Amino acid sequence: MISEQLKKIREEALKQIKESEGLDKLNEIRVNFLGKKGELTSILKSMKDVAPEDRPKVGQLVNETREAIEKVLEETKSKMEAAARDLKLKAEVIDVTLPAKKNKVGHCHPNTIALDEVERIFTGMGYEVVEGPEVEKDYYNFEALNIPADHPAKDEQDTFYINGDLLLRTQTSSTQVHEMEKGRLPIKMIAPGRVFRADEVDATHSPSFHQVEGLVIDKNITFADLKGTLAEFAKQLFGPDTKTKFRPHHFPFTEPSAEMDVSCFKCGGKGCRFCKGEGWIEILGCGMVHPHVLEMSGIDPNEYTGFAFGVGLERIALLKYEIDDMRLLYENDIRFLNQF
Amino acid sequence: MNSSKSWIKAYVPDLTCTDQEFFDDMTLSGTKTETYTALDKNLDKIVVGQIKKIEQHPDADKLVICQVDVGTETIQIVTGAKNMKEGDKVPVVLDGGRVAGGHDGSPNPEDGIKIKAGKLRGVPSAGMMCSIEELGSTKDFYPEAPEDGLYIFPEDTKVGADAVEVLGLHDTVFEFEVTSNRVDCYSILGIAREAAATYKLPFKAPVVEVKEDGAGNVKDFIDVEIKDTDLCSNYCARVATDIKIGPSPEWMQRRLASVGIRPINNLVDITNYVMMEYGQPMHAYDLSTIAGNKIVVKRAKDGETFVTLDGQERKLDSEVLMICDAEKEVGLAGIMGGENSMITDDVKTVLFEAATFNGPNIRKSSKRVGLRTDASGFFEKGLDPANALDAINRACQLINELGCGKVVPGVVQVGLPIKPLKRFALEADKINSLLGTDISKDEMIEILKREEVEYDKKTDEVIIPSFRQDLNQMCDIAEEIARFSGYDKIPTTLPKNSATTGGISFKMRVEKKAREVAQFCGFSQGYTYSFESPKVFDKLLLPEDAVERKAIKISNPLGEDFSIMRTISLNGMLTSLATNYNRRNKDVRLYEMGNIYVAKSLPLTELPDERMQLTLGFYGEGDFYDMKGVIEELLDSVNMLDKVEYDPNAGKSFLHPGRQANVIYDGEVIGYLGEVHPAVCDNYDIDTRVYVAVVDMPKVVEHAKFDTIYTGIAKFPAVTRDISMVVPKSVLAGDIEKMIRQRGGKKLEALTLFDIYEGSQIKEGFKSMAYSLVFRDKEKTLEDDEINSAMKKILNGLESLGIELRS
Repeated sequence: MISEQLKKIREEALKQIKESEGLDKLNEIRVNFLGKKGELTSILKSMKDVAPEDRPKVGQLVNETREAIEKVLEETKSKMEAAARDLKLKAEVIDVTLPAKKNKVGHCHPNTIALDEVERIFTGMGYEVVEGPEVEKDYYNFEALNIPADHPAKDEQDTFYINGDLLLRTQTSSTQVHEMEKGRLPIKMIAPGRVFRADEVDATHSPSFHQVEGLVIDKNITFADLKGTLAEFAKQLFGPDTKTKFRPHHFPFTEPSAEMDVSCFKCGGKGCRFCKGEGWIEILGCGMVHPHVLEMSGIDPNEYTGFAFGVGLERIALLKYEIDDMRLLYENDIRFLNQF
Repeated sequence: MNSSKSWIKAYVPDLTCTDQEFFDDMTLSGTKTETYTALDKNLDKIVVGQIKKIEQHPDADKLVICQVDVGTETIQIVTGAKNMKEGDKVPVVLDGGRVAGGHDGSPNPEDGIKIKAGKLRGVPSAGMMCSIEELGSTKDFYPEAPEDGLYIFPEDTKVGADAVEVLGLHDTVFEFEVTSNRVDCYSILGIAREAAATYKLPFKAPVVEVKEDGAGNVKDFIDVEIKDTDLCSNYCARVATDIKIGPSPEWMQRRLASVGIRPINNLVDITNYVMMEYGQPMHAYDLSTIAGNKIVVKRAKDGETFVTLDGQERKLDSEVLMICDAEKEVGLAGIMGGENSMITDDVKTVLFEAATFNGPNIRKSSKRVGLRTDASGFFEKGLDPANALDAINRACQLINELGCGKVVPGVVQVGLPIKPLKRFALEADKINSLLGTDISKDEMIEILKREEVEYDKKTDEVIIPSFRQDLNQMCDIAEEIARFSGYDKIPTTLPKNSATTGGISFKMRVEKKAREVAQFCGFSQGYTYSFESPKVFDKLLLPEDAVERKAIKISNPLGEDFSIMRTISLNGMLTSLATNYNRRNKDVRLYEMGNIYVAKSLPLTELPDERMQLTLGFYGEGDFYDMKGVIEELLDSVNMLDKVEYDPNAGKSFLHPGRQANVIYDGEVIGYLGEVHPAVCDNYDIDTRVYVAVVDMPKVVEHAKFDTIYTGIAKFPAVTRDISMVVPKSVLAGDIEKMIRQRGGKKLEALTLFDIYEGSQIKEGFKSMAYSLVFRDKEKTLEDDEINSAMKKILNGLESLGIELRS
């Protein structure tokens, strides 16, 4: 009798659950069947009318019914919730191609980007980055670099003078001397900085520009080391396929001296408008530190040798970022800076 | 330095490379080649033709019809030229040929002009007869060519021959960039010697033999005395008589033309030719103008003047070296001869001078006198004294060969003794260890021999020829070995033992951090010049006695606008902002990291203090407090925010008097910020509010820290109390906050201004402010009475500032 009742209850409950629409209705069903005043509870209450020996069996039946109803209720609830979420998500579709809301960060100047690149490469090879004064003594800019008073190179580099002894440095090579004078060996340094030459402003000249000087001094440093170091630098700066070519040149403070060309990173060396059809682009000057220069700074040239190089930062920036007018670098037009 | 390939080949006859190979190979062996220009570029199918018959064109007054024998056939050509007659031999472009340009003087087209058979006013014309301009040259270099019209060959020219060949235009001119140490390469012989060494070919220098066919001895004609041997170490003089002035031979004219020197006459051409060939300038005087048969080389006197042969009067001083005769000056040594001794067509006897002057002195003199010539350009490089005698003898040889005159026997040579040749040890091992190579000593000796550096086996020394003033020690020889064995043959290695750690300095780290913060806050990096105009101080309204006006002056600036080293970084910033403003760029935020230059005393005796300044500037969106936010982000990033205060009495003339503040860290000014004074904005033509900030980076570097110590996350609850008050306008928020912090003690964790109001509901001269205070004890939960007592202290303190508390 009770078992039949229970069966009916279960069927009725499942039917109602199946037909239910929405979570509210589902809850109502739960209360009606399983609540304190629900149908199943009232069956339990009528247990006292059941013969004691049958009670465990009936009890079990009631529990089974409760569990069955609860299970379906739970399942249905989950389904309904999932369906409701789906509906919500569908309603929340946005147009992802609308403009982004950006934090307006500023931009780095191309000179600095180029410098950061150069610094990254050389600090990675164990170089220290050092600085020297921009207003400099004639001695450090010229004399200690093997450019005595009457040397024609002094004329070639149209120098801004403050007075007879003080000038605006024409090259970061002056920092080499300061570093050598410290007497700490070995030396592996690069010295970036601002330099000055009396050039009128035009698309390829500026009276103020930037160089990065490099200097290595130790026992047994060779020209081969210079070539290897700068070839590695070129590869890291312009790409792993970059080839380098060293041409003899002259600088008063190095001997032997060279200029380094890199294979054109636009055409790979075939020749294009960018490299003026030559396939090569001149990048920097370098050489083995002249024994006089070592001597003047108190380093014994019989014991130590070294190499030095100097690269123009603007030159790298102009080349790498294809900037066609040097004046852009000093105008600070935001439309230019925003591109970097 | 220019040279034609044919002139080089005169001394390296076995040279067979192409122009491009020559360009590449010379550059790689150290004689950098800038460009090369083929003189026969765009000259195709051009032959020597002879005009057999000239008839008037039936339908055109200005045209004639010529029958021209071009060797293989006779063709008909219609021309507008006037200067030819029957029998003349002229350059003829055949059908399908090409010429370099037109004769109207416009620039030659890149691909020349193609010539095709056609009709002119109905009459067939099978080619074109050419002027020298159409062949890509000018009358300057072919003085025999007519002013306007066809080039006419000498009568003995072979009909049908290659006209380009006859004109010497199958040649290429190379432009070399000679470095300052290679004085010897400022000569065709020097370049040729390099070419021979590059290609391992024999070098055949001219064999100089002077036929002394004149009468008497040079000593009868001239006596030379050098008074200032410091400025003239060597002077050679020779004399030639029976001078016949006329044109120089074609080969000499062509060679001079190929290096850009205009042929004049035999005598001038010889001196120019020798100057180019030997790199030794020479001068020729009309001996009849030289008083007392005497040459004296001495310094001029201050204030003297002298008329050079171009007719200009030149001012002299006591450092200018002069060539004088017994009575007067006759030449500005090494620069230009005098008008009073110049060669005219009537000259009978010539005095040749080949001297060695002090290079730097010539350079400076030429600058001061304001006259730079081909000759001074050579001398200022510092010439080899041993070269002068060779050059003067070569000139005399050419006098013979050209039939220009008779050479008087003997040479006068005075001056300091010519130094013996330099010798030093070869040191092959050291060379190899400097280069990182393994080149045998024999190979080194062979390389050196190619460029005339001899090896003395007995002493194991190299013997340096006098023209190689640049070879003085082992490293110089190493370069010779490296460049002739090939820089590309040297291995590429990395330094083996230099174990260093590297990295950037603390200063650079702080500057980098500051750049990052500026960029994060929306500022883009600019670069401006370190020098500027002294007018900047007025633009910035700086008072007459402002320290900023004590700027370092450049003695030779590019102009007043670049004449002082900046002592304040704002001008660059404001100029850049103005550029953007004028270009209608919106909301521009810029920063710069650059030095100012502060003199310790003026005039400058020691290096100035170079102080890195972070300069920020913007217009558009934002106000004073945005700028202040950037400063605080920066100081927070280097753990300096805790001790920062702002002093509104910054006293900056260029800032809004009510919107400026010094940034103070631990009692010391480290920078300032504010709104730019509208009058300054006017000076920069910016018609909007501009905000700037300047941070003195050395002060920041001094106090910056990158290490942060973790203080734990609070475990006990916080208690918040709000204070609402009416504050006299003169009381600054900074004063209030200082008071609250002071009185609040350790348990006051934070305070925030959450409301500020001035207006009708508040009495005149007051503002309403409200702060939210957060108290917390790290060890325990705070008791009410602890907070109450702290609050009481705070409120008492605030009242002492004249503040009224509300509820």
